[in-house]
Amino acid sequence: MAMTVELQAPVAAAPQQNASPPRLARLTRPLLGLLLPLSLALAWELAVRAGWSNGRLVPPPSKVFTTIAELARSGELTRHIAATLSRVGIGFGLGVAAGTLLGGICGYWSFARRLVDPTIQALRAIPSIAWVPLFILWLGIFETSKVALIAVGVFFPVYLGLTGAILSVDRKIVEVGRVFRLSGPAMIRRILLPAVLPAYVVALRVGLGLGWMFVVAAEFMGASEGLGYLLIDGQQLGKPAQIVAAIVIFAIIGKATDWLLEIATAPLLRWQDSFARQSGAA
Amino acid sequence: MLQLASVTKVYPNGVHALERFSSEIQLGEIIAIIGGSGCGKSTLLRAIAGLDRASAGTVTLDGEAITAPHAKVGIIFQEPRLLPWLSVADNIGFGLSELPAAERRERVARALDRVGLADKAKVWPRELSGGQAQRVAIARALVAQPEVLLLDEPFSALDAFTRKDLQDHLLDLWADARPTLVLVTHDVEEAVVLADRVLVMRPHPGRLFEEITINLSRPRDRNAPLFEQFKRHVLTALDRSLDRTVPDTQGRREPGGGLWW
Repeated sequence: MAMTVELQAPVAAAPQQNASPPRLARLTRPLLGLLLPLSLALAWELAVRAGWSNGRLVPPPSKVFTTIAELARSGELTRHIAATLSRVGIGFGLGVAAGTLLGGICGYWSFARRLVDPTIQALRAIPSIAWVPLFILWLGIFETSKVALIAVGVFFPVYLGLTGAILSVDRKIVEVGRVFRLSGPAMIRRILLPAVLPAYVVALRVGLGLGWMFVVAAEFMGASEGLGYLLIDGQQLGKPAQIVAAIVIFAIIGKATDWLLEIATAPLLRWQDSFARQSGAA
Repeated sequence: MLQLASVTKVYPNGVHALERFSSEIQLGEIIAIIGGSGCGKSTLLRAIAGLDRASAGTVTLDGEAITAPHAKVGIIFQEPRLLPWLSVADNIGFGLSELPAAERRERVARALDRVGLADKAKVWPRELSGGQAQRVAIARALVAQPEVLLLDEPFSALDAFTRKDLQDHLLDLWADARPTLVLVTHDVEEAVVLADRVLVMRPHPGRLFEEITINLSRPRDRNAPLFEQFKRHVLTALDRSLDRTVPDTQGRREPGGGLWW
């Protein structure tokens, strides 16, 4: 008798346990991540209000907010964001185009790889910022040199990611294509492209991250607008709130673009069995 | 008819994988190739599939030399090798892209139904069990209606129960269109259950050692005394093939010479 009671109890409780935690978890998981930064910001705000610190070098969140609001009201913010976004957009586009073209050719065609890859690897060893003086001499101080620097930063991860992905396509899957007598273009379209896609998307996201990194470097070298200009301007005029405001906006836009890229590619990668998705479902 | 004439394969590293292998295989026959490791059985299958070219000798199907993958020759590998980005139905229809969509859909649906996976049509391959995935691979190969179906240790990665189930299922499917089956295996029972003829090969270099005709009617009872006897016969031949003191008896025959039946 005791046995049956013990067996029945968990069975009866199980459905309820299964039903509620996912909904709760979906809400609490992002909140959990926000807990630490929010409480730190709140603590700092209180510390400044209480007079424990004057908050001049490290402005409290409320002051950062006011700065952002002021910039937004004057239309400055839109101008700076638009400038930075267009630089990242064009640089990312060019870098992805070049990285995809060369990466595709070198991944697929071993002769091209032997010819070109050593040079690219050697160029990769140069810290990209080291190109800045040369780009300024070649391309001038204005947009072209900035876009070129961003494109260089984006190019390498995309190139490396794509060649690596093509080279690691499972030979056994390629053999399936051979058995079904796919022509060269059909093999690329129906086997190589889908097989390479997950790694390529990762490469794009890494490239985008580097694009955001390099736009700051590019805007440090003499820009009159852009979020990087806001940083330099805030440093030179002693406005830490403006620096933190620019950093916060960088973080928000950077994360948003990455998120957009992830959403745009998600339908293509539905088939993937990833650890993250499994733990997300559980 | 599938004709293998003195098929020889020497790999670039000097390994003699296959030495003058000859055999004639009739349409609708089921052949099992069995032998120790390094006897060239997979090499032979890949040569018939047109995936690797023989160094010497020829493989001909109905008088046509096979040097590249051929429309009438299908192959099933040890792993299912399904394309993970295609649904089960699209995997099965993968080789039918030249057919009109309606006909392709219909043939895929029939094939799915035939392997008992009609409810899995829209599922991703990763959601299938090992046995189900291999069934999809079988359906993908058979839906192209091959004249010759090659199987490279197709059930060796499965558990004993699933393996037996799929062996019976394979015979059932084979009875629909009766293609020629050439099966590489290292499982003696599998060879005796399925094959009309068992070709025992010996290694270094890979060559034909003995040919055993299994003249048991189908369906075969795995517990019948006669079945046991054939199993023992194949096992003995396998043991002898690995014993270096036993001289070659059957190998190096020219096509048409001394076939058993």
